[in-house]
Amino acid sequence: MSNDPLLNVKNLKVTFNTPKGEVNAVRGVSFSLGRERLGIVGESGSGKSQTGRAILGLTAANGRITADELKFHDVDLANLTPKQWRKVRGARISMIMQDPKYSLNPVMTIGDQIIEAYREHHKVNAREARHRAIDMLEAVKIRDPERVFNSYPHEVSGGMGQRVMIAMMLIPEPELIIADEPTSALDVTVQLQVMAILDDLVRDRGMALIFISHDLHLVSSFCDRVLVMYQGHVVEELAASALHEAKHPYTKGLLNCLPKMDGDQSDLPILEREASWAEG
Amino acid sequence: MIEISKLNAWFDDHHVLKDVDISVPANGSFGLVGESGSGKSTVLRTITGLVDDWEGNILVNNKELGTTRDKAFYRLVQMVFQDPFGSLHPRHTIDRILTEPVNIHGLGNSDSRVVEALKQVGLDNSFRFRYPHQLSGGQRQRVAIARALILEPKVLLLDEPTSALDVSIQAEVLNLLSRLRRDLGLTYIMVSHDLAVVAHMCDDIAIMNHGRIVERATAGQLAEGSLEHPYSQQLYKAAGGYDRAVVDSFVDWD
Repeated sequence: MSNDPLLNVKNLKVTFNTPKGEVNAVRGVSFSLGRERLGIVGESGSGKSQTGRAILGLTAANGRITADELKFHDVDLANLTPKQWRKVRGARISMIMQDPKYSLNPVMTIGDQIIEAYREHHKVNAREARHRAIDMLEAVKIRDPERVFNSYPHEVSGGMGQRVMIAMMLIPEPELIIADEPTSALDVTVQLQVMAILDDLVRDRGMALIFISHDLHLVSSFCDRVLVMYQGHVVEELAASALHEAKHPYTKGLLNCLPKMDGDQSDLPILEREASWAEG
Repeated sequence: MIEISKLNAWFDDHHVLKDVDISVPANGSFGLVGESGSGKSTVLRTITGLVDDWEGNILVNNKELGTTRDKAFYRLVQMVFQDPFGSLHPRHTIDRILTEPVNIHGLGNSDSRVVEALKQVGLDNSFRFRYPHQLSGGQRQRVAIARALILEPKVLLLDEPTSALDVSIQAEVLNLLSRLRRDLGLTYIMVSHDLAVVAHMCDDIAIMNHGRIVERATAGQLAEGSLEHPYSQQLYKAAGGYDRAVVDSFVDWD
């Protein structure tokens, strides 16, 4: 993997104004990303999704992003106009969401949605776009691409829907993919099959991937590097292969509290949280 | 405690359970594992009377179940659902949620029963007059368990009780369920898609695929990984995390 960074994030903060006062969802996250697969892991409310959304400028209207640096190559993501964003989103950075049921347009055929994604960023005629879309559906291992091309999202299964999402997000050939719990809604075997497709495509096309998930084991078996988040802070950064060498009590606690298939049915260790973790 | 034989069920023309046999001794814990659409939840829903079109024999506490369930049945058998966000009434306080079953069954003494049920699931009295939206996911699932326990049942049907929770909260709820089974002598049938959860909680396990039990195993056999059916082996491998080579060996079971 090349070392020259694609994305630089320094001291990223995301704050929401709510009727009950300010909520600090992300409190000073820093990392840089090369052409690699980075995992961001944490429990609900840890700020992992908000970190991903902030990079793509998708923070909700009542949220505020501040950062010392938020750069994609030399593009300053913190200060883009909507017009400039359209050149980045989808074309250079794109996002795979958790649930294909809610992320695909229900009244548009799958083929038309993929073609729309492609033609938004590439000037090609309809025939060429259709050809590319079918190729892409084949690339995500859909056996009958013509049929799926003409189907509506409700006519395909969850695993198939997620493959369609991947096809749609990869067809403009972005350099960075942010996948926010892309497989959490799927059965385990389907989940791994979808991850294998993502793995192959990201590797073949030399893309960078940020994989956001709550599943520490899954992420570490898939990514090169893992950031563990707790209450808006990165509490530990690990090489994925060195998961068992985790030092932070939160990471260790997360690993220990999982039930294991070792025949031991005694009580699981409980994660005891300490107030100091939240201070980073 | 529970004997099910030759259970078949249909949703319209769709045959969703095919000759399911299950036997759970008193104070036992039985696990049903499978992927979506395998019929695992339908087994629980049939026992509890939420499925109309079924055939076969279901014996609970040596009593054969017919097409309807009486009040006595629900004092014996209670169910805990997957989603603690959907299964509690959003505009009822925890107190009212817990009092309702007591009143329906005319048990009386609801005040002390509510206090006791909350204590059993590890919630203090400050939760009693709150609404579900003021509670975290784990606390809500504790309330759902308390609502099941308040009728002092002998059998709990657990439908993915922890799959909507974070792993640290899952550990707490699983420990709670183990303790309750020990202390109150409960019998469990637990449904989960997570092999590790079922291996941790259950003595006997059945693996389901397309409405059929394809393999049975004890917790010990599961720990050793000595599964025979190719579908169960695939599930077992999938539980081990992402491995490119393993994924290539997967077959579709549609």
